[in-house]
Amino acid sequence: MKMTYRALLGASVAACLSGAAMAETTITVATVNNGDMVRMQGLMDDFYAKHPDIKVEWVTLEENVLRQNVTADISTNGGQYDVITIGTYEVPIWGKQGWLESLNDLPADYDVDDLLPAIRGGLTVDGNLYASPFYGESSFVNYRKDLAEKAGVTIPDAPTWDDIKKAAAAMTDKDAGIYGICLRGKAGWGENMAFLTTMANSYGARWFDENWQPQFDQPEWKAVMTDYVELLTQYGPPGASNNGYNENLTLSLQGKCAMRMDATVSAGSLTDPAQSEFADKVGFALAPDAGLGKRANWLWAWSLAVPSSSDAKDAAKTFINWATNKDYIALVASKEGWRNAPPGTRTSLYANAEYAALPFAKMTIDSINAADPTNPTVKPVPYVGVQFVAIPEFAGLATTVGEIFSAALAGQKTVDEALAEAQAAAVDEMTAAGYIK
Amino acid sequence: MARAVTTRRKIFVTAAAWGVALLIFFPVLWMILTSFKTETSAVASPPQLFSADWTLENYAEVWGRSDYPRFFWNSVVISIGSTLLGLAIAIPAAWSMAFVPGRKTKDLLMWMLSTKMMPAVGVLIPMYLLFQRLGIFDTKTGLVLALMLMNLPIIVWMLYTYFKEIPGEILEAARMDGATLWNEIVYVLTPMALPGIASTMLLNIILAWNEAFWTITLTTTKAAPLSAFIASFSAPQGLFYAKLSAASTMAIAPILILGWFSQKQLVRGLTFGAVK
Repeated sequence: MKMTYRALLGASVAACLSGAAMAETTITVATVNNGDMVRMQGLMDDFYAKHPDIKVEWVTLEENVLRQNVTADISTNGGQYDVITIGTYEVPIWGKQGWLESLNDLPADYDVDDLLPAIRGGLTVDGNLYASPFYGESSFVNYRKDLAEKAGVTIPDAPTWDDIKKAAAAMTDKDAGIYGICLRGKAGWGENMAFLTTMANSYGARWFDENWQPQFDQPEWKAVMTDYVELLTQYGPPGASNNGYNENLTLSLQGKCAMRMDATVSAGSLTDPAQSEFADKVGFALAPDAGLGKRANWLWAWSLAVPSSSDAKDAAKTFINWATNKDYIALVASKEGWRNAPPGTRTSLYANAEYAALPFAKMTIDSINAADPTNPTVKPVPYVGVQFVAIPEFAGLATTVGEIFSAALAGQKTVDEALAEAQAAAVDEMTAAGYIK
Repeated sequence: MARAVTTRRKIFVTAAAWGVALLIFFPVLWMILTSFKTETSAVASPPQLFSADWTLENYAEVWGRSDYPRFFWNSVVISIGSTLLGLAIAIPAAWSMAFVPGRKTKDLLMWMLSTKMMPAVGVLIPMYLLFQRLGIFDTKTGLVLALMLMNLPIIVWMLYTYFKEIPGEILEAARMDGATLWNEIVYVLTPMALPGIASTMLLNIILAWNEAFWTITLTTTKAAPLSAFIASFSAPQGLFYAKLSAASTMAIAPILILGWFSQKQLVRGLTFGAVK
């Protein structure tokens, strides 16, 4: 009988100890709904096999709702999220405010030096890496090689705006439903203003001068808007002012856009025969320049970060290391092929022969390398960010300006009127925010 | 002749009613159709109405990727819980406003309604902090409270309107017969106002079921209802329309079915006292 009690006691103690050793940490990961993130959720078995002591709960939200919820949580020190998905726009702002945990102490196998320098630069504030990139993108030109050939035009790998204008004019055949160029026209700081800001960078324009004075009254912006409106009204699809990323991608998949400038991530869809019958006819080129040393391409990365309010920071960092490590890219490639590997974050991916053989790989990495978030414009500026200005006021202001420019494209106002309105809106906003007096 | 005019008028009115009904229902129909299309068909231009590639894959994927039963159960608890709690508070409140109004009753009613005019986001941070400090963030209890408070002005207003239609003399007679206040409300007033109470209840359940601001903001994983389930399939770039439509169809189906079966009650309640 005594033996039985002892055995029971021993078993209980052992059970308690093993229970303590296996104590599970639950982390909440807030993420956006896109193909790469969904794929990651499907590969969680690998994470659980390596880290059985960490349980991951997902909160998937639309980008803007996610931004609102995460902001509310961090600013009130709520601690609801342990890992958050954030864009390149937020990282410098939130990092500066002390809302994010530094990721400088990730283990050696994370290999921070393997991160693409441009992407890493955009996620680093004062020497601290505040977010680890999950996938990165730039923008480039995709075009139908068959139409270019038919029209007798050559689009160089590194075109100028003149090349683009000539090609758009030559390839347009509106009667056949072929539009020379498709560019974003839908209003929004992440829609038309993402494109127009990069176009402005290449034209020598800038949002603000060194003293935060808005610059829409300068001749460079006039040239940007005049060419943009002309290109789209003469060679663009009907209703271009309503077209955003998705609409133009759909038109390109259907072969209706002879040429399009947009995100490099769409290359996977454009070259996929299951999605487009023109998949084998797609060519890629760098975003154009105007001979001033800056190309019209942006830089963006969806990254994972740990909010400073998290109460499970170590487990959160373990998860981030798994999700953004080289091994994860290899895992995706082994399960779903190299085409689906998250692009634009690591040098080693582009050194891989199998990945480099994909038709869009070289242009993607060249585009990313051509963007410099810390030195985005021809003239000096007081801000970082290529297609955005990393200040909290930018999203609201750029949406207002985006609406004004979209109206100009729709013909509701002239370019001069739109620029004057944009200038007035920017001066108001920057004065109210205290940047200028 | 008169008969011909009546028939023609009848046809016209019927056609107009069908036209309006179709117009209102069209987005829902479009969503349901899209949910059975492939992603490529869903975004095809020009839109494909019947020539699309049909598939059930979206439902399979949405079901596989999310814990639908949990979201559904949370929606049921939150919408019914907030409605019952709201009724428990609103019935006595509406009774007193309808049958023993004070000098400021009308002002009070207007003030209650005015709280609905404020954009919800205006109180986001205070609500967030309150919920965190009270430990009810991401709990069903918290959402029941939030939605009850949000819909309380509407419940009180609706019940007040129904109660006003009931002659006070009947309650007086009950009192003469020795009924207590409790008996008066439970045995006399409530049965008479049952159609009104039922429609208020149904409308409130629908409002709570569809509420998407607070239910998404004040939850993360445990108490998130179907509104958060839909949000998890939404992407601003407009990707995955078909899956988003499948998720939306799965989210609205229960409330659509409830509305379908109770439409008689709902219409009767909503038009109660409208024509004298």
